[in-house]
Amino acid sequence: MSDMNTGMVEKYRNNFLKEVEANVEEGEWVKMCMQCGVCSGSCPLGPHWDHPPQELFMMIRAGKRDEVLESTSMWMCTSCYNCIVRCPRELPITHIMHGLAHYATRLGIEPKNQPTRKFSQLFWDNLAKNGRVNELKLGISLYFMNGFVEGIKTALGMAGIGMGMVKTKRMNPMEILGGHTVKDKKGFQAMIKKAQELEAARVDN
Amino acid sequence: MATKEYSFYPGCSSQEGASSSNYLKSVQTMCDVLDIKLNTIPDWNCCSASIGYCGGGELPRLALSARNIALSEQHNAGQDIVATCAACWLATKETQERLETDPDLMAETNQALSEAGLTLKNENKIRHMVEVLIEDFGYDELGKHVTKPLEGVKIAGYVGCQTNRPFGIEGESFENPKYLDKFIETMGAEPVENYDKKVSCCGGALAFSEPEKSQALIKDIIEAAYDGGADMIVTPCPVCQMNVEVYQDKINATYGTKFNIPVTYYSTLMSVAYGKSGKEAGLDGQIIPAKKLEEIAGK
Repeated sequence: MSDMNTGMVEKYRNNFLKEVEANVEEGEWVKMCMQCGVCSGSCPLGPHWDHPPQELFMMIRAGKRDEVLESTSMWMCTSCYNCIVRCPRELPITHIMHGLAHYATRLGIEPKNQPTRKFSQLFWDNLAKNGRVNELKLGISLYFMNGFVEGIKTALGMAGIGMGMVKTKRMNPMEILGGHTVKDKKGFQAMIKKAQELEAARVDN
Repeated sequence: MATKEYSFYPGCSSQEGASSSNYLKSVQTMCDVLDIKLNTIPDWNCCSASIGYCGGGELPRLALSARNIALSEQHNAGQDIVATCAACWLATKETQERLETDPDLMAETNQALSEAGLTLKNENKIRHMVEVLIEDFGYDELGKHVTKPLEGVKIAGYVGCQTNRPFGIEGESFENPKYLDKFIETMGAEPVENYDKKVSCCGGALAFSEPEKSQALIKDIIEAAYDGGADMIVTPCPVCQMNVEVYQDKINATYGTKFNIPVTYYSTLMSVAYGKSGKEAGLDGQIIPAKKLEEIAGK
């Protein structure tokens, strides 16, 4: 267990709702959930979630801290925003899902092998490096995220699609050598660093 | 009509050699006809597209879009920011809204921006290209430029998620928006009536990380288009376009279907209907060729 996670457990003791309200993006909305279940019924990958949003909200109030933060559920959010527009109380559910996923990562207790967790981190690292996404490198790192052998298999399975993209000039093999970038990389990276520092200082610890 | 100018945020997928470079091509062609001048935001960056949240916390993600808005304020002063990508539009608009309502976040965002020598006022409008077409032109005006009506083409208008929710287009419902059908009609083609999957999710970025689960969603979107008698599908979103077009072979292998339906952008339709060549309309970017459009463009 990370030091930060231990610290948070000690600080909030039995009040996980308070912890979420103070530290999770849009977490202050959780208590407004009236358990109607429209979000769960509207979620495109909902049938694959161990705990759909409505259940996660109830579990937060019931103090089921580990079950919520270690869950793979919110990592299956496709950001379709169905839940947001249908929620009778207008909870920003999509953002709370992203917020829970990020907070679990910050504490070091996220489900490490969840594929979208890996992809989400790869995407962030990819964009944070040059300011713009390099689709080729992102795709390759995705294929190889489960190791070399698995990566070769996935890459071969995707070769047809890749060739189609290259032929239609919607993928450029030369991107491997660098690719698109912002010009002011120094300023861009300093901005991200500052934002990360400010946020770390704000998260209660 | 006088030239209309906008500050343009093209986004990563529109770059040269990227997955929706054909979208940008058709948008440029469409804008030439409509006398729209797009002033690209200099040195714009990625918006993190609703998926960077594992490594990127709230403030770093807001800073990304804030940098783009600030650059736009500096270089394209007073112009509305227009995005063609659904995720770019959403992230930028979301940032604007969040910072408007939270002065502490706004102050911290400006603190981060100052590291890049920028300041944010956050006063410009953030719009999707389809809003520009509907609100600044209107269907009648868009129809006036049609020289080759897309007669005999039946099209399923697949709006998808992020061009529709949570902001959507003024005057349209989230559950059954009609604007894409109206575009199709305006270009002389026939929209599929009651296309029931028009706002269903294609899996978005999870098509990469959860391929089987996403392909099951995509299968339903394509099947409903075929059920409606569609020759092709049209969408305003780069992720929808890619997901619904490129996985059809995989879906056929899994489900024993025989899908082979082209998926283009609204701007592709418009470019062809405006009498432009297949190349100018970005039709050479189709992995599944849009044969009916090619025929009309070649006439």
